[in-house]
Amino acid sequence: MMELLADRASLFALTGAALVALGFYGFIIQRAPIRRLIAFNVIGSGIFLLFGGASYVGGGVDPVPQALIITGIVVALALTAFAATLAVRLAESGGDDADDDGDDDEDRESDR
Amino acid sequence: MSHAFDLALCALILGAAVLAVTGRNVFGAIVFYVVYGVLLALAWLILGAVDVALAEAAIGAGVTGVLLIGAWQGLADAGGLEDEAPRPVFLRLAAVAGAGALGGLIALAVISLPGGDGLTLAVVDNQDRLELGNPVNAVLLGFRAYDTLLETLVLTAALAAVWSLTRTRVWGGVPGPGHVTRPDGVMASFGRLLPPAGLLVAVYLVWVGADAPGGAFQAGTVLAAVWILIVLSGLQDEPRLNSLPLRLMIIAGPAVFLGAGLAGAAAGAVMGYPDGHAKSVILVIEYALTLSIAATLALLIAGPARRAP
Repeated sequence: MMELLADRASLFALTGAALVALGFYGFIIQRAPIRRLIAFNVIGSGIFLLFGGASYVGGGVDPVPQALIITGIVVALALTAFAATLAVRLAESGGDDADDDGDDDEDRESDR
Repeated sequence: MSHAFDLALCALILGAAVLAVTGRNVFGAIVFYVVYGVLLALAWLILGAVDVALAEAAIGAGVTGVLLIGAWQGLADAGGLEDEAPRPVFLRLAAVAGAGALGGLIALAVISLPGGDGLTLAVVDNQDRLELGNPVNAVLLGFRAYDTLLETLVLTAALAAVWSLTRTRVWGGVPGPGHVTRPDGVMASFGRLLPPAGLLVAVYLVWVGADAPGGAFQAGTVLAAVWILIVLSGLQDEPRLNSLPLRLMIIAGPAVFLGAGLAGAAAGAVMGYPDGHAKSVILVIEYALTLSIAATLALLIAGPARRAP
């Protein structure tokens, strides 16, 4: 165990594994949408760190995983942005997706 | 020395992550999430992945943090931030056991990974054909350019999804509240002083990205920050979302990217670069992408329209 922690690559990869576990715990236990989004992002960045640590050899990280991680960071942001807007919109409609306030009934009228 | 620093950094990352996931107060959790993102960027720097460090600091910590704070404000205004009752103890224990098992299994998989040379040599051997000195950008815009094209389309799709949550009455209108600041105040001064510097940094980041860490996504984030600063300082309101120039700006990057790929058919390879002109085509794509990424990120943060056009 100690020699694993002494090696930079496996130290960061194992930290990534711990982050995935932590995010997974948060995702199960938390109810508030923002907390779940944070947990989701912790899982994601944990996977990135695991990926980067596992592909670390000597002087640096393999460029192919680096490019994939940058792509992953942007995709995670896209999902976070949509989920955050969705959570706010849901709260504005009273947390009830079946019916909406009067404001939105007008919307439906004008849709026709 | 450096080993002690590695251990301390990993401990700090885990500590910040624990507080971000389990902190009592939602706003505090967001703040610790941003701290966690910055620490992660430091970890990437230590691993020698400067491109990832820039992306993590700018997008992972910065833009995500701003988005979460915006959502927190939106939820607070809508009354959606009530204190949640804590989960029963047995559920917590079960979650701890499940997460522990998951983490243990992943750690086992990490330990038993066979060592390999990876693809570093393959990239370094071939990147000269793209005339790019930065291997990461050679992968992003050369060898795996298809991924990057689809990634920019994911961003555009996310913006369309966010806009689809607009109330019909204000469709095509202006997002966010209007910001009014004192004309001689700190915010207005920053709004005048920082944008030129930000613009210069963004242009530099794209240009230097060919041979050194940097590139379209990092530069696009800097430009998006400039955009947000100008809006917050009250110098210029957000644009109407149904404006044609704005929409052209959003799709310019993916369109130029796709166009360059299809134009490759004339040079003999669909989704390929013409021999000898790879770098110039890549730079054109990168500048177009930077503009589109900046607009898309800024509008993702602004959210759906709130005021009628």
